[in-house]
This record gives sequence, C-alpha cells and structure tokens, in this order.
Amino acid sequence: MADILSILPQQLVFGLALGTVYGLIALGYTMVYGILFMINFAHGEIFMIGAYLGWGVLTFLLNAQIAGLHAAWVVPLMLLQAMLGAGLLGVCLERFAYRPLYARGATRLGPLISAIGASIFLQNAVMLTQGARMKVYMTSLLFPRAWRFEILGVSISVLVIVMIAAAALMMWGLHELVQRTTLGRSIRAVAEDREMAAVVGVNVRRVIAVTFFLGSALAGAGGVLVGLYYTQIDFFMGYSAGLKAFTAAVLGGIGNIRGAMLGGLLLGLIESLAVTFINPAYKDVVAFAVLIVTLVVRPTGLLGDVSAQAEKV
Amino acid sequence: MAALVAFAVIAPLVAPNDYWIGVMARICLYATLALGLNVVVGFAGLLDLGYVAFFGIGSYLYAFLASPQFGLHLPFLVALPIVLVVTALSGVLIGAPTLRLRGDYLAIVTLGFGEITYLLLINLDRPVNITGGPSGIVSIDAPAFWRLAITTNRQYYYMFLVMLLVALVASARLRDSRIGWAWQAIREDELAARVMGINTTVAKLQAFATGAALAGVGGAFLASWQRSVFPDNFLFTESINILAMVIVGGVGNLLGVMVGAAIIVALPEIFRDLQLYRLLVFGLLLMVLMIFRPQGLVVGWRRPPRVPAPVADVDSASDVRRAD
Repeated sequence: MADILSILPQQLVFGLALGTVYGLIALGYTMVYGILFMINFAHGEIFMIGAYLGWGVLTFLLNAQIAGLHAAWVVPLMLLQAMLGAGLLGVCLERFAYRPLYARGATRLGPLISAIGASIFLQNAVMLTQGARMKVYMTSLLFPRAWRFEILGVSISVLVIVMIAAAALMMWGLHELVQRTTLGRSIRAVAEDREMAAVVGVNVRRVIAVTFFLGSALAGAGGVLVGLYYTQIDFFMGYSAGLKAFTAAVLGGIGNIRGAMLGGLLLGLIESLAVTFINPAYKDVVAFAVLIVTLVVRPTGLLGDVSAQAEKV
Repeated sequence: MAALVAFAVIAPLVAPNDYWIGVMARICLYATLALGLNVVVGFAGLLDLGYVAFFGIGSYLYAFLASPQFGLHLPFLVALPIVLVVTALSGVLIGAPTLRLRGDYLAIVTLGFGEITYLLLINLDRPVNITGGPSGIVSIDAPAFWRLAITTNRQYYYMFLVMLLVALVASARLRDSRIGWAWQAIREDELAARVMGINTTVAKLQAFATGAALAGVGGAFLASWQRSVFPDNFLFTESINILAMVIVGGVGNLLGVMVGAAIIVALPEIFRDLQLYRLLVFGLLLMVLMIFRPQGLVVGWRRPPRVPAPVADVDSASDVRRAD
C-alpha cells in the first residue's frame, strides 16, 4: 500500500496531462454536437492527422539540419501547422461529407454513417501515403530528459507542463471566443435554434464551418501533444483517442463546452487511478464503467442541462 | 421473395469456387446479425453501438460449451438454446440501465458495454483462465446434426441460410405483432407510446433481448464455423460494420437490411483486386451512398418507411416546438 501511495502523485500528474488532452479533443465532439446534433465519428482521424502534420514539421526541420532547434519555437510551429491543417480538413469534411446530408434535413443516422465512411477513408488514406508502420516523434531532441523538476517528491517533466499549459490556454481561448465575441454569440445562437438564428441574420453555414474549423484545430493540436508525449504515432491512433474523447464529452454532458473539459480531466484522472489501484489492463473498463454509472444516475452527463434535454427530446 | 430464396439455395452450386461460398456464408451470418440489430435500431429506434458485445458473448458461450476449454462438449443443438437464452438475458441486463437514456447517450452507453465486453474477453485469462485472453479459444467442436457432421463451406452455407431464414421470418412476424407495433410506436414518439398504454420499459427490454438473442445465435454459428474465437473478432469496428449494413440497406426494412449485409460483406471482396485500396474505396462509397441515398438503398414497398430518428431529427423537432 505504501508503494501505491508513493506513486500515486506521479500517476495523478500523468492523468492530469492526459485528461487535458482528452478534453481538448472532446471539445470538437461537443461543439459539433451542440450545433448539428451529430456525432462526428471522423474526429479521431482528424486528431490523428494533426499528429502526422506536427510530425511532418519536426521531421522537416530535422532533415533540413537547422541549427538551434528549441522547443520554444518548434512546438508552436508544429501546433500551428497541425491546427491549420486539421482545421481545414474539418471544414472540407463538413462541406463534402456532412452538409449535403443535413442541408436536406436527413435523419441523424445518415450523417453518422457518412462520418464512419470518412473515418475509414482517412485512416486508409494516411496508411497508404505514410505507410502502416509507426512514426517516431523525436521528443527527446526538443525536451531533453534532464528537463524535469521535483515538487513535493513528484518528478514533473517540462513536457507535461507544456502539454497542460497549451491545452489549458487553448480551452481558455475557446471559452472566451464563444462567450465574448460576436462570432461566439453566433455559434451559441445556431446551437440554440438554427432556423431562428438564420432569421435574425446569422450566416448559419459559415458558423457551422467555423465550428468545424475550431473543433478540428483543437483536435489537431491534441494530436501533436499526444505525439510528443507518447513519441509514437500510427494511422490507427485516432480510434482509441477518439473513443476516449467522445466518452469524455458525454461524461461532461455532450453539447456543453465546459462539460467536455471537465469530462476530459475526470477521465484522465480516473484512468490514472485505475492504473494505480486496480490493473493497467482494466483502465478502460473502469473508465467506461464510470461513464455508464454516471449516465444512469444523471442521464444527460455531469453538466448537461436536464430540463433543456427533456425539451429537445 | 420466393425467387430470392431459390437463388440463395442454388447459388453455392454455381459459385465459382469454395472461397465465394465462404463469402456467401458470411453474408448469411451478417444478414442475421443485421436483422437482429435492425430490431433494436430499426424497429424500436434505439441506437445501439455496442451490438457486437452480444455476438461476442454468444461466440464465447458456445466455445465454453463445446471445446476443450472447460472440457464440455455439448452437441450443437443442445448448446444453441442455452446460448440463445443466455444472450437474451444479457440483452436485458445491458438494456436495463439504459432505459432512461435517449438517443446519443444510449449510443455511448451501449458502446461502453461493447468495449467492456471486448476488454474482458481479452483480459480474463488471468488470474483464472476463462477466455483464453488474446489467443482466444481454439479447437471448438464442429456442429453435427445426428450423424451428419458439418465440415465443408457449402454445408455451413446451408446451415447459415437456414438460420437467416428463421431470423427473417421471426423479424417479419415480430414486426407485424403487438410487440412490433409497440416498438414502432416507441420509435416514433416514446411519450405518446406511453400515453397509449404501452409499457415502454418492457417493450424496450424485449427489443434488446430479441436483438441480443439473434446476435448470440450468430455468434455460436461463427464459433462453430471458425472452430476458434478471438477477442479481435468483436472489436467496435464490427458493431459499426453491422450498423452500416442496417443503414445502407434501409433501416427498418427487412429486405434492405439483408441487401445491406450482402453489400458490406461483398464489396471489399469485389474490390480485392485493389488490394490495399479496398478499404479506402469502401469508406468513400459509404459517404457517397449516404449523400445520394440517405434513406438507404431499398425503400419499402409495403408502407412508406418512416425513418426512425432516435431523438427526432433536428428540423422537425424544432418545428414541433414552434407549433407549440
């Protein structure tokens, strides 16, 4: 028991880092769900492509043998590339795979299958162009192993700090954007009532496209952070990450931005606790069991609005 | 319909080779599964993303009952009813906590159950070996009917075809029964269904149990055909595949569901020449199909299919609200 308690703080730090990234990816699910009531099953693949884009930047810089590679400018560059690329991909996906469906007022199952098709397509497109073997993130070149410090006996690497800080910064930025800007108000209006928003002059199509861009960009950034953390990426990584992030979004109450962040954090912490106290092999079982129990007790997730949900149904 | 059955009976006799008979057997197997999922998603309008769990439970249960794993070697026809009853019960067990949930929340909970089932299958080899872990269970008994042991693909095909026909007749009769109408009422409007005096709790559990039982039987057939079961047979992607069959063909439509199964199983086989590109093409086709035929390939000839919306689709829901 003493052993377990001594590694617990360390595990909690990992859980926190992983949780913020889950939250980052979950935001994309929740935003798209908030305005379109659809589960964007290809979101995990966008995350995966973000990881590849970041890897591409890093590999390019390494191959070009540029002197003075430093995390302080390389990581933002990787994030930027991944966010732009993933964001644009999200917009394309919306334009070509989903809009033709929801614009006609199709049912909810159609877009779901279309998204699954997109997910299979993107996975295989990456596998065919990049190869099925995993790619290695040269994280140790950016974040030397010596870059760590101790707080209360817990060893924390700079990378984990950067991950948490970057994810938290982006979440804060999104929150401010949605709550304080005109664009944010349009997004909230479309989420509230799409037709009414159109009546009062909101460009609904543009808002939906922007939402896809924002959600996908965050997933792309999450891809880079996860790549740096685990140092290995492959074309299939979007599957489990997407599943986890989706779980996080539902745990917090899907459609609710703060809920996605909370759900991500909780999921990361639950997993690290399960690894510490139960068995690493069962961490996903515990995560899903917590989700199921939460939903049985609170059918709309932790922060989901019970009354609003009842009205929508 | 008779022509279709006749075609299905003759098909293996004219099939080019044994491989294609195997593909046809798989089509029958998946059509049965798709009919089972169709009861849940198509009739009752409950979006189930963890359907493969029941398929897995059925497979492993048959493997437990008829393999050296526990030294049991029950005959196929004895094991089958056990599998049917137990998987139906598992459907009730998994369905019960989800009764209060709607739409996408239901989807994620069923998905969670599917993942948990998979993880248990892959991890329950320690501390006590139950499922055999990642290496699964092998040397499962082949089914035998009295003296006739089923060994060739062609025999399996006919066995699967019989299963499919039973599932089809059962689906059709259920659809037009009192239970079936209750399901469809719940699908269209749960609150109204309850007001009409339908016990929605019982009806939903019946839907879960029926779907699960069909998947369980399908699982037993799969285990007896492969003569082995592995956790990787029951990945989430398999749930998605079966759901795609139901939706591509035409949700709620029995012929459509079977056509969907045939397409989803056969397409990657037809594109086998494209080798690595076949899944790429498959994904693309799913998107294109949904864009051009969102209601599915086969549209009902008996009554116009009201497409089920688990929570109600966005536009009509807002219309209703405004009318208030």
